[in-house]
Amino acid sequence: MPQTAEIATADLKEIAAQVRRDIVRMVHAVNSGHPGGSLGCTDLLVALYFKVMKHNPEQFSMDGVGEDLFFLSNGHISATLYSVLARSGYFPVSELATFRKLNSRLQGHPTTHEGLPGIRVASGSLGQGLSVACGAAQAKKLNGDDRRVFVLMGDGELEEGQNWEAIMYAAHHKIDNLIGVIDHNGQQIDGSTAEIGGLGDLRSKFEAFGWHVLQADGNDYATLLPALEAAQAATGQGKPVMFIMDTRMGFGVDFMMEGHKWHGVAPNDAQLATALEQLTVGTVADY
Amino acid sequence: MKDFPYTESKDTRSGFGAGLHELGKTNPNVVALCADLTGSLKMDAFKKDFPERFFQVGIAEANMMGVAAGMTIGGKIPFTGTFANFSTGRVYDQIRQSIAYSDKNVKICASHAGLTLGEDGATHQILEDLGMMKMLPGMTVINPCDYNQTKAATIAIAEHHGPVYLRFGRPVVPNFTPADQNFVIGEAVMLNEGTDVSIFATGHLVWKAVLAGKLLAEKGINAEIINIHTIKPLDAQAILASARKTRCVVTAEEHQMNGGLGDSIAQLLAREEPLPLEMVAVNDSFGESATPDQLMEKYKLNEAAIVAAVEAVMKRRK
Ligand SMILES: Cc1ncc(C[n+]2csc(CCOP(=O)(O)OP(=O)(O)O)c2C)c(N)n1
Ligand SMILES: [Mg+2]
Repeated sequence: MPQTAEIATADLKEIAAQVRRDIVRMVHAVNSGHPGGSLGCTDLLVALYFKVMKHNPEQFSMDGVGEDLFFLSNGHISATLYSVLARSGYFPVSELATFRKLNSRLQGHPTTHEGLPGIRVASGSLGQGLSVACGAAQAKKLNGDDRRVFVLMGDGELEEGQNWEAIMYAAHHKIDNLIGVIDHNGQQIDGSTAEIGGLGDLRSKFEAFGWHVLQADGNDYATLLPALEAAQAATGQGKPVMFIMDTRMGFGVDFMMEGHKWHGVAPNDAQLATALEQLTVGTVADY
Repeated sequence: MKDFPYTESKDTRSGFGAGLHELGKTNPNVVALCADLTGSLKMDAFKKDFPERFFQVGIAEANMMGVAAGMTIGGKIPFTGTFANFSTGRVYDQIRQSIAYSDKNVKICASHAGLTLGEDGATHQILEDLGMMKMLPGMTVINPCDYNQTKAATIAIAEHHGPVYLRFGRPVVPNFTPADQNFVIGEAVMLNEGTDVSIFATGHLVWKAVLAGKLLAEKGINAEIINIHTIKPLDAQAILASARKTRCVVTAEEHQMNGGLGDSIAQLLAREEPLPLEMVAVNDSFGESATPDQLMEKYKLNEAAIVAAVEAVMKRRK
């Protein structure tokens, strides 16, 4: 099992830039998909899979005993997960070229149905991932497995009532091996979360529900990595942990960082070229 | 085989948007609710012109169904809008208890139904919605075939008292039915009279049935083609009359074989007039990501599949 915990921040940045290149190229190739949220969550997923989580890409096992688990509840940012899974060794990077195409394992939203290594449950219909993560975390406890469960959700996604059932459940059952992350970009499809859903004071809400809460910038490793350290340190103390991760939708591509516009549209040829110019890496290793 | 000329292709969801906007002007009791998919459902025009009657509920479909049920108490006619999956499976018990069992006048309007949603894949491509909705007592279930028909159906359901499930889709398809059609809930539409086989199609498969009719005509087969835009209540009279004439039946729909239009017609025939039947539908499988055309071909929901079904059923005809 690779222990990559010592990876330098410069290397993480390099991987993140490559993942962002993958994302814009993947959605461009099929003229569909969700670049905005995908780009905003790239730094987190790279940190989890290349530094934070103990996991076994070479030999994927559904049960993941002895491993940290990651669940993607906001399944529309599948491009990020696929790129990070491929680049950490779950399946060949070349397979990214099949994203959203006929007969692919890389479905529009992540699924176990085609047997893609690294995926443990389907997502796409929003609001279900936190419940699944609660169950997986409880199974770990029952198995005497001391690793953790991470789950990422969108902020708009929090409008789904099932989340609040799970939020209550996790605190009540003291699921303290669970780290939830909110992609707090303030955007969803029809507009900003402030206009649409009225999320209000999330921190106070989670605290009132009995969670340990942290908040930090998720597009800067100088703040993201310490926050992930702190989140892990807060586990095992009787409370589930929620990390409100402040991000920018479309982060890394300047013209995609405007409001909610790039939630679910693909760049055209010229826009792709501009995006790729901005996503520079030392050695380009595009799929 | 009759000709069905058309000048443009349009998406059925835009027909819904246009019908809803029309209702905004003509019926002050019509209100609209949407769950963060205003653009996808083409509800922007209603939202812009009737802002006080438009309710953005956010990504909270269960709440939307309950709120809609509540708004009927006081005489409002709520039209809810989200994708078909989130309009049905996601909120089945809310619809069952607060809307259907409570006989509330809610119009559940569902876009992006079926495989033609395309690249988003199986999580979003519901193929079970007609079945779930038709099983609810008192629910009217409508699946129009093109832009004009969807617009007419949207306007018609406002006049019908009771819960309705209106299903439409994402892709552009030939807009070939008349703009001035009188949409009658539960009344099948005869498209082409024939003698050799009855093809009963719904939704996007109606145009595929028209295309199949042309291919069959070239083979000397004279197909009767009937548009079953209302799955429930089913137009039993029209279906039986046609089946009794042709003595064999093909059904076509963008839905699971279990629970769809074919299943309703099979029940009817088994009870009233047992005759050979073939179903063009998805056979117990989830969908997947790809372009709509690729999927309709892979899952055998196109004109070639209808032709093959006709040839198979005609061999079984006595
Ligand atoms: C149950 C459900 N309802 C609606 C949708 C359609 N949908 C997909 S993404 C999205 C917005 C999600 O907002 P957020 O979680 O903030 O993600 P972001 O746009 O920031 O990526 C919606 C409404 C869905 N996938 N599932
Ligand atoms: Mg968001």
